[in-house]
Amino acid sequence: MMGIDPALLISALMVASVPIILAAIGELVVERAGVLNLGVEGMMIMGAVCGFILSVQSGSAFVGFVGGALGGAALSLLFALLTQVFLANQVASGLALTLFGLGLSSLLGQSFVGIRPPATGVVPFGPLADIPFLGRVLFSHDWVVYMSVVAVAATWWVLKATRTGLILRAVGESHDAAHALGYKVRRIRVLAILFGGAMAGLGGAYISLVRVPQWTDGITAGAGWIALAIVVFASWKPWRVLIGAYLFGGISVLQLNLQAAGARIPVEYLSMSPYLITILVLVIMSSGKGKAALNAPASLGQNFHASR
Amino acid sequence: MIRLEKRPSPSRFWQGATPVLAVVLTMIAGGLMFAALGKNPVEAIRTIFWDPLFNPQFAAYSRPQLLVKAGPLILIAVGLSLGFRAGIWNIGAEGQYIMGALFGAGVGLAFYPAEHWFIFPLMVIAGAFGGWIWAMVPAILKTRFNTNEILVSLLMVYIAQNLLASMSLGLLRNPEGGGFPGSRNLSQYPAASNPELIAGTGMHWGVIAAFVAVIAAYVLLQRHILGFHIKLAGQAPKAARFAGVNPTGLVLLCMGISGALAGLAGLFEVSGPAGQISIDFNVGYGFTAIIVAFLGRLNPIGILLAGLLMALTYIGGELAQFMLGLPAAAIQAFQGMLLFFLLAVDLLSNYRIRLGATGEAAR
Amino acid sequence: MKRRTLLATAALGLGLAFGGAASAQGMDKVKACFVYVGPIGDLGWTYQHHQGALALQAEYGDKVEIAYQENVPEGADAERVLTQMALSGCNIIFTTSFGYMDATNSVAAKFPDIKFEHATGYKREHPNVSTYNARFYEGRAIQGHIAGKMTKTDKIGYIGSFPIPEVVMGINSYFLHARKVNPDVELSVVWAFTWFDPAKEADAAKALIDQGVDVIASHTDSTAPLAEAAKTNGAVIGFGQASDMADFKPSPRVSSIIDNWNPYYIKRVGQLLDGTYAQTDSWAGIPEGEVEIGEITDAVPADVKAEAEAMRDAIAAGTYHPFTGPINKQDGTPWLAEGVTAPDGDLLGMNFYVEGIVGDIPK
Repeated sequence: MMGIDPALLISALMVASVPIILAAIGELVVERAGVLNLGVEGMMIMGAVCGFILSVQSGSAFVGFVGGALGGAALSLLFALLTQVFLANQVASGLALTLFGLGLSSLLGQSFVGIRPPATGVVPFGPLADIPFLGRVLFSHDWVVYMSVVAVAATWWVLKATRTGLILRAVGESHDAAHALGYKVRRIRVLAILFGGAMAGLGGAYISLVRVPQWTDGITAGAGWIALAIVVFASWKPWRVLIGAYLFGGISVLQLNLQAAGARIPVEYLSMSPYLITILVLVIMSSGKGKAALNAPASLGQNFHASR
Repeated sequence: MIRLEKRPSPSRFWQGATPVLAVVLTMIAGGLMFAALGKNPVEAIRTIFWDPLFNPQFAAYSRPQLLVKAGPLILIAVGLSLGFRAGIWNIGAEGQYIMGALFGAGVGLAFYPAEHWFIFPLMVIAGAFGGWIWAMVPAILKTRFNTNEILVSLLMVYIAQNLLASMSLGLLRNPEGGGFPGSRNLSQYPAASNPELIAGTGMHWGVIAAFVAVIAAYVLLQRHILGFHIKLAGQAPKAARFAGVNPTGLVLLCMGISGALAGLAGLFEVSGPAGQISIDFNVGYGFTAIIVAFLGRLNPIGILLAGLLMALTYIGGELAQFMLGLPAAAIQAFQGMLLFFLLAVDLLSNYRIRLGATGEAAR
Repeated sequence: MKRRTLLATAALGLGLAFGGAASAQGMDKVKACFVYVGPIGDLGWTYQHHQGALALQAEYGDKVEIAYQENVPEGADAERVLTQMALSGCNIIFTTSFGYMDATNSVAAKFPDIKFEHATGYKREHPNVSTYNARFYEGRAIQGHIAGKMTKTDKIGYIGSFPIPEVVMGINSYFLHARKVNPDVELSVVWAFTWFDPAKEADAAKALIDQGVDVIASHTDSTAPLAEAAKTNGAVIGFGQASDMADFKPSPRVSSIIDNWNPYYIKRVGQLLDGTYAQTDSWAGIPEGEVEIGEITDAVPADVKAEAEAMRDAIAAGTYHPFTGPINKQDGTPWLAEGVTAPDGDLLGMNFYVEGIVGDIPK
């Protein structure tokens, strides 16, 4: 198709999707525990700025990613405090979290504008990277790309096959029943929220350390909202997060590639195509057999108070 | 041990006192932040909360501007609150706001340069229709295919933004604008403009619409069977079905009302304060209105007050920026703090705090 | 009436001898205010304007007080911010984004004694409104020359923001000068439909690189395209945009276009101080130092560097205009005859590609 190399396209979309996958898989766990945190964008940008600052100060990209996770988790702790201790409304708390995160990140990052962070290494696969097509697609990335896929697999396994996953899902489906069974609903939810914050922070750090790599105000530019959309799109199933993020990233990247290849396409309509196609896929999935959209955790967005 | 005990009904005293408490707490925490940034905290707080209302240099101008800024927030938030109460989550008011502006401005510009009395009323209808039709997409997908409305309404925002960009570069572009993006300025086209009705008050049709919406929503929720259905559907969906509430109809109605009101807000904004369709026409009113709706506890009167408070922090924040040189980011963080405290202390109106493990055993 | 008294207090507060026609009298002290569309930390458009404001302060010391506000949305909010600035005693207000055009003019009408300077616009509806812009296309010519010489694949790329005359002008200038030194060169344009979205800009650069493009110019504000080029280990080069982006020296950043507003701001405020200020429409470029060509690094061969610098000097001396005929439009119809230079009017409304560029400008 007009000289677009599919290997390059796939490899590009894998990189482009990493921040969204990381943030979405974190949010998926949060929502499976019955909590709706709309503050993903705020946590991502906190991760982006904290990761950037720590990697510049330490000279190590790895330390930066750890810092990004901590930064995102620290902000999510505020959300946990509001919703789990003060029983505040989750939708409003999440939106406020984004507002606060955008402001705070800009304050923290003021003296770090215009600096280059240390590089994140590509995993050396040796000769494997020279295999035609597969080498380019599978064996030419930095370690975070592989980690994002591992995170999806691990989340799937934990939710499906472990006791931790079972408890988490029980809390999300019916907090009253879980409480009656003796599980500490609030503690489990706080831990889930912290995990979600850390993953969003990692995703943000990937933007400021690898994708761009630079610190500027508002660097996440809406990636957190896309991550939220991907979670619902995935109907709360981990592997579908991967598919959704690759689909979304793929359409965005393809759109730019078509332009670069000189295809005569109406650009402004194509740039809205990822959203239109996502809606379309969503309609097909939710109207099809089994009503996938009904997979939403039953207690999603409701606060829990152990009154009885 | 500190325990929480749910009150049978929200405390009247704390409902009034919590916002005051939250503002005081924000002043303390925000003051600490401003001091850390090397600014005089007292001066900063005074500039944000006091100057827009009472500073002799600005207040005569800033006070009416509160209404201009709060108008669209209140109008959108009232619409959203109806759906939120019924458990219908329209997160895409921003997109409906854009579409209202596009439809309304499109109708107005189609008549340019004719002067007829009916042009503006027609634009109002078109604006409401634009917002309504944009909200109908998630509503119909939800009722027909059970598609999640949070996601679809959010995605529709991005589509609306792309349409806005292409409209201001294409169809609605000012033919006398030398190729620059953006439509003609509606405030310079009397038949299609929404001017300040009484000079120096900030009142324009959008502000009046906001007040009307507040009153109408209040009456609806207090006196009308539909208001009862909305509340019932949100609190006890099963009971609502037994009571004869048609869930499909309720979704279409609530989404439709919130979409139409957001569309109206967009129309009044584009024909009044903003003046023209441009690529960056939308500035987040649709998202801020969600916060306003919750700060107002989904109650029309509460939303009115919450909208005015938000507007005050915006305008006071602007003053603090250029009078004191505070960074915009500090104001954003300050607003975030205010919301956190408002949300957190709201606990006191719904719960009683008990010290010690008296009475029933603590779990 | 009220507004006039407000103005009087503002003037008194600053201890000015004359509230009125400052241009005739000169002033002892000027308060210069700046309205920014983005954050001062964007390292691009707003950052450079703020550098200009700081240079202004450094130049005049105590005689100038500066105040600014970041992140001001275009439209209704801009009008309020401008009015509040005017009320706070600013003597001259620089509005630094195209979208502030109508707001600037309507506020200027209410404050005839305050000077307004609007960047990149064309409306001067009142005697106290001036406009200023920079001839960025002059810098694009030099980039095009380097691109044409340096490309090994004969494919060069351009990341456009929105299809407006400003950007189209840059694309044409870039392409014309690349084609002039390399008849085989082909240009790929990618429209990002955003001014600032680092991740999307990186994707756009990646798409171009994947298509075999090895020289990338960008018209968006972040450093992401350069960072993407840096990952190719020197195979792909690019240019700094708006600010020098010196971190990416010597490669991939081989040169840059720097928006340098310092001379203009210093000149205009100086004129206000000494009483020679008059309304203008300024469109300055390399000769006046408003468009600077950042250091051409050693990644560029010495002869190419010398040619590029010669072109820069010719433009600075006024002996060369980047749009000098013969130039045809994309469809082959003649635009400029042999030896004719483009009139400013044609450039400011430019909505066509020149001959040789493939693809359409999105409408």
